[in-house]
Amino acid sequence: MSRIGARLLTLWAAVAYGLLFAPIMVIVLFSFNLPTGRFNLIWKGFTLENWRHPFQDTALTDAFLASLALALGASLIATLLGGLLAIGLSRHRGRGHGAIELLLVLPLTSPEIVLASSLLNLFVLLNLPRGFGSLLIAHSLFCLSFAALTLKARLGGVDWSLEAAASDLGASPLRTFAHITLPLLAPGLLAAFLLSFSLSLDDYIISAFNAGQVILFPLYIAGAFQREISPQIHVMATMVLLASVGLLGLGLGSQRGTGRG
Amino acid sequence: MNASPRSPAAEARPRWPWGLLAPGLLWLLLWFVWPLAALLPMSLSEPRDRFSLAVAFTGRLANYGEVIQQYAPTLLRSLQMAGLATLIALLIAYPLACWISFRGGRFKGMLLGLVVVPFFTSYLVRTIAWTTLLADQGPVLAVLRALGLAGGLESIGVLSDGRLLNTAAAVVIGLAYNMLPYLVLPLVVSLESIDSQLLEAAADLLAGGFGTFSRVIWPLSLPGLTAGVVLSLIPGMGDVVNPQFLGGPNDRMIGNAIQNLVLVQRQVPKAAALALLLMTLMTMAVLAQVRRHGSRELTAS
Repeated sequence: MSRIGARLLTLWAAVAYGLLFAPIMVIVLFSFNLPTGRFNLIWKGFTLENWRHPFQDTALTDAFLASLALALGASLIATLLGGLLAIGLSRHRGRGHGAIELLLVLPLTSPEIVLASSLLNLFVLLNLPRGFGSLLIAHSLFCLSFAALTLKARLGGVDWSLEAAASDLGASPLRTFAHITLPLLAPGLLAAFLLSFSLSLDDYIISAFNAGQVILFPLYIAGAFQREISPQIHVMATMVLLASVGLLGLGLGSQRGTGRG
Repeated sequence: MNASPRSPAAEARPRWPWGLLAPGLLWLLLWFVWPLAALLPMSLSEPRDRFSLAVAFTGRLANYGEVIQQYAPTLLRSLQMAGLATLIALLIAYPLACWISFRGGRFKGMLLGLVVVPFFTSYLVRTIAWTTLLADQGPVLAVLRALGLAGGLESIGVLSDGRLLNTAAAVVIGLAYNMLPYLVLPLVVSLESIDSQLLEAAADLLAGGFGTFSRVIWPLSLPGLTAGVVLSLIPGMGDVVNPQFLGGPNDRMIGNAIQNLVLVQRQVPKAAALALLLMTLMTMAVLAQVRRHGSRELTAS
């Protein structure tokens, strides 16, 4: 590659990263804004007040907590079921493998609006009330595919013969699981859980259809959009960002550790 | 991925490990396959009354004719907007993916992580941040005016009355932004597989950067490219958030139409018909991609 071409490519990459982070910088910056009206959309001046009272808006805080609880429950279900599926698939190849993989990929490649409306459809047909339960089903479903495929990708490099070696050496199945299987799976399980958690926290469309009376963080923001955009929204979004970047860093760190070992 | 050496454990247990697979498969059948299957009878039903979501199955095929007639323009506009957004996102993502793959060196993992990090904040808050960026007094318009581009963009219909927010252009920008990781990740997976020795050989034999690109890099990046395009077009086509928050009343897309049919008009059967049409279109695209290139790049991200 010519020198000028390489420079242009680097410049382009810098612009692309700038673009990727533009809205993120707005979110972080506006968490320090001192808005004059009810809409935190125009820069007025710097303040630390929003960060000193991040939970002052109680309706917003309740919505945020509901979202966290839902994300926790949905990611646990998705990681458990997805983990079992991924282990099952990685230990067996044969007829039907492709069909199961396709079944796993399809929820990811279906438009969210279709998942949302079809689930609502079924809940109406079955007379299931919409609320936390229906949300748990819906969120764990779309997280399941992500969790299973993330784990499956990680399990490609796992050496299952270690398990056989452990039992040959006289380890009980439980001991083999605790000392061999679980440590082999742990980084993948963590990655699947974190991905599911952030996907659940982020979802708007599926929640809008199936929430019933439950108000989640994105639903609150969408509802408030015409009335009020408080700086606390930006504070919470920044918190979520910091937490996920921290966890991502931890994940990368642990991945590096297992790679060396 | 293909034909990995079979482990001894698998050979000892040739039967399917149903104990491991059953719970997850059951969950998928119950809450993915069943709801989709239930869309079909729903799409042939009629609402019982105007106040509840209750329906009666009447085998009404006319629902399809009516939604096609009513929403064909919306469907076409969605395809145009999502297509344009994919093209714009590709112009940004392709060089970025090349730079990460060929120049990233040992920071490759971190550079890829940085592409994903912005998407760890709330989708809605990110979209609201875009309303700040695209606002009448916002930085994007200020830069365009300073560069003297505002007049030209107005004449080709990107800006309307000097505004960007609440236009179709804003929706396309928002859609394109959200497509970037879906394009960069599969592209990097494809570009990664290009051997550096192959690149050196190509540079020697084909002489020149363009030859290397057109004869080696571009063809080998195609699986990632098409996977990325499929992964971008699908959420782009069905998106509800960007048209709702960045667009004007005339920039609504097919997702907004379905949402409106269900949550406002209570026309659940028609919404089901429209959702099935959309799903059929999208599944055909996915199957075509899987048939041609396998599912490696699709699942990579």
